Amino acid sequence: MHPAANPVSNPAAHSCDAADAAVVIRATDLTKRYRLGASTPAGQTLGELIYTGIGTACQRLRQAITPTRPTAEAIEPTDPHRVRRGQFLALDRISFDVPRGQVLGVIGRNGAGKSTLLKLLSRITDPTSGEVMLRGRVGSLLEVGTGFHPELSGRENIFLNGAVLGMTRREVRDKFDAIVEFAEIDKFLDTPVKRYSSGMFVRLAFAVAAHLEPEILLIDEVLAVGDAGFQRKCLGKMHGIAEGGRTVVFVSHDMGAVQQLCDRVMVLEGGRIDTIDEPRAAVARYLELTADWRDEPASVFRGPLTDRVRFEGLWINDQDSSEPVVIHPDQPIDLRVAGQAAEAIPAYRTTFSVFRDGIRLLTQHDAALPTDLPAGPFTASVQLPSHLLRPGGYTVCIGGYREGMQDYTWGVDLARFTVAEAWSDQFDPVNLGLINLPGHGKRSHHSTASPTSTPVAA
Amino acid sequence: MPAPTYLRARRGFAGLQLRALWSHRDLLWLLAARDVKVRYKQAVLGAMWALIQPIATMVVLHLFFGRLLDMEERVAVPYPVFLFAGLLPWNLFAQSVTASSNALVANAAMVRKVYFPRLIVPIASTGAPIVDFLLALGVLFGMMLWFGTGFGPALLLLPFLAASMMIAVLGVGLLMSAITVAYRDFRHLLPFMIQLLFFLTPVIYPSNIVPERFHAWLALNPMQGVIEAFRAAVLNQPIDYAGWGISTASALVFMAVGLSVFQRVERRFADII
Repeated sequence: MHPAANPVSNPAAHSCDAADAAVVIRATDLTKRYRLGASTPAGQTLGELIYTGIGTACQRLRQAITPTRPTAEAIEPTDPHRVRRGQFLALDRISFDVPRGQVLGVIGRNGAGKSTLLKLLSRITDPTSGEVMLRGRVGSLLEVGTGFHPELSGRENIFLNGAVLGMTRREVRDKFDAIVEFAEIDKFLDTPVKRYSSGMFVRLAFAVAAHLEPEILLIDEVLAVGDAGFQRKCLGKMHGIAEGGRTVVFVSHDMGAVQQLCDRVMVLEGGRIDTIDEPRAAVARYLELTADWRDEPASVFRGPLTDRVRFEGLWINDQDSSEPVVIHPDQPIDLRVAGQAAEAIPAYRTTFSVFRDGIRLLTQHDAALPTDLPAGPFTASVQLPSHLLRPGGYTVCIGGYREGMQDYTWGVDLARFTVAEAWSDQFDPVNLGLINLPGHGKRSHHSTASPTSTPVAA
Repeated sequence: MPAPTYLRARRGFAGLQLRALWSHRDLLWLLAARDVKVRYKQAVLGAMWALIQPIATMVVLHLFFGRLLDMEERVAVPYPVFLFAGLLPWNLFAQSVTASSNALVANAAMVRKVYFPRLIVPIASTGAPIVDFLLALGVLFGMMLWFGTGFGPALLLLPFLAASMMIAVLGVGLLMSAITVAYRDFRHLLPFMIQLLFFLTPVIYPSNIVPERFHAWLALNPMQGVIEAFRAAVLNQPIDYAGWGISTASALVFMAVGLSVFQRVERRFADII
């Protein structure tokens, strides 16, 4: 009866009849190519040349004014196999099937093709070649508040967002109360959403998308923004959606959520499918791939601050964390990072989080308040007291952010450490849980003969 | 089990998904309503601006062209009514085209993250200018009463005139919206082009002051014929159906070219916005 034993059943992943179940998504040789650095893709027809004739001149002019334009994807064109003649292969002939009712997780490093895959499945962009077969309506939640307008109230935005996602006004009206209840925003229904917190924003956006009742629901890692309670609620909702016979494709960096929720997990690497397997094996493979993040920090860190603050090393009790570290419970745990700031970053803090089974146990910062980080190399560290963590395996996430959290960089599952079992633990099988508290409580004894301590029913 | 949909590289006009346009009509309506609501939300005078702007423009133009340049003498009707009847369709055109050309870029977050027929965005952006037009139309009727120009039977043509205006507005607007996504230069170029076109269009002057040999060329301006026809209907003057026809035909050509460019660019909107 261990509370961590999550009763998530994975029928589709384990039974042989997965192949017989109706296929809802089938991708065949799906390929997407982006042209690097330019806004016009390759493969122009004669007709297009007429338009681009004027355009090329304009483009040259523009390039003279603005140095480089980012392409649609935040890509790191370092892989020589993917860059050819100024083109970047975001997805390279991938094929897979998703049966009805399955939750498919998609994981992989940044630039592996996860977002491109979701964009193709959600019809935002067309494949360069290959095809996708979809059965049923597709709902997608690729970014928080896509259909939201800051000046309009929550109520108005629910209708607008619903319409953007393809619901009719009648459908939205039927689901309206459920959406408001799920998002927990009833008090702010008539407040312009520009006054909402980011958490409220995510809640509302997820609530609308989840109540769209699509046959296929695509979710990008928007849930990372919400608080833990709401994240759990969303995962529960997604699970319910899958149990109701609908299909979910879930892109995430949160390995805990992926393992909890998904029936099957696809690991993308370099635009190809590296592995499709049951969650535990796929996550293990992903961790193998990300073990060398020190060479390529941009492949695991995310957020607008990523190119200005680069983390280059992480040590746990002075041991390089590229190897798993074992810590004795008597030892305090020192987490230390080394990084480079490309420029001075005002009002900055480094943040460390420790996770167990996808649950964030704690977060510590390198300073009480955000302070200025000068350009150049820096180190930051935090110390966790000894005897705090129960024996078991933990993962470490590090990041940095500027006051207000708009500007951040964040990398997950960067290192693992194990708190070893101590001699005393073996004799203490009742001390369950994830963290230790020092000391104990107290008990006092009251004699039943004493009339003063017996509550008297009036 | 629902019927399968296949997503492949698209070619041709299938890319416009005109049927999907109909199934997303609620979105069209909501986006237009959003623009109208947001437009005057934090302005003290609110929707009054929809009236103040064209009236102020009319007053200024009246002082300059009517009084100083004696344009008043050249038109047989009260010049303020003449001006206002020209300004209304012109404003509808200029504001709509500007709005649609910026619409896709302004809604980039949506275009990048959600699937829906992209045509909806520039079409919906004409909603707010249409509302402004209708409000100002009320003022025009007031002016017609005040100046006693009378209401003729030609006003029954208003629905056709409106349809013709919308063809011109959407024809040019869709073209500009697609081009602006691909080449942002047009954001800077467009206000200038519209300004030029304003003087080429008979808004402040009657077209009969232009030498006859230029008339055929001027009629190619998609707004030329419909503005003249609209004003003639309002002022109870004979309507130049031929001119109106040529302009409408020209507007239809713009529409065809606009849709063609739009569907070419649409396929990669999400990649280039």
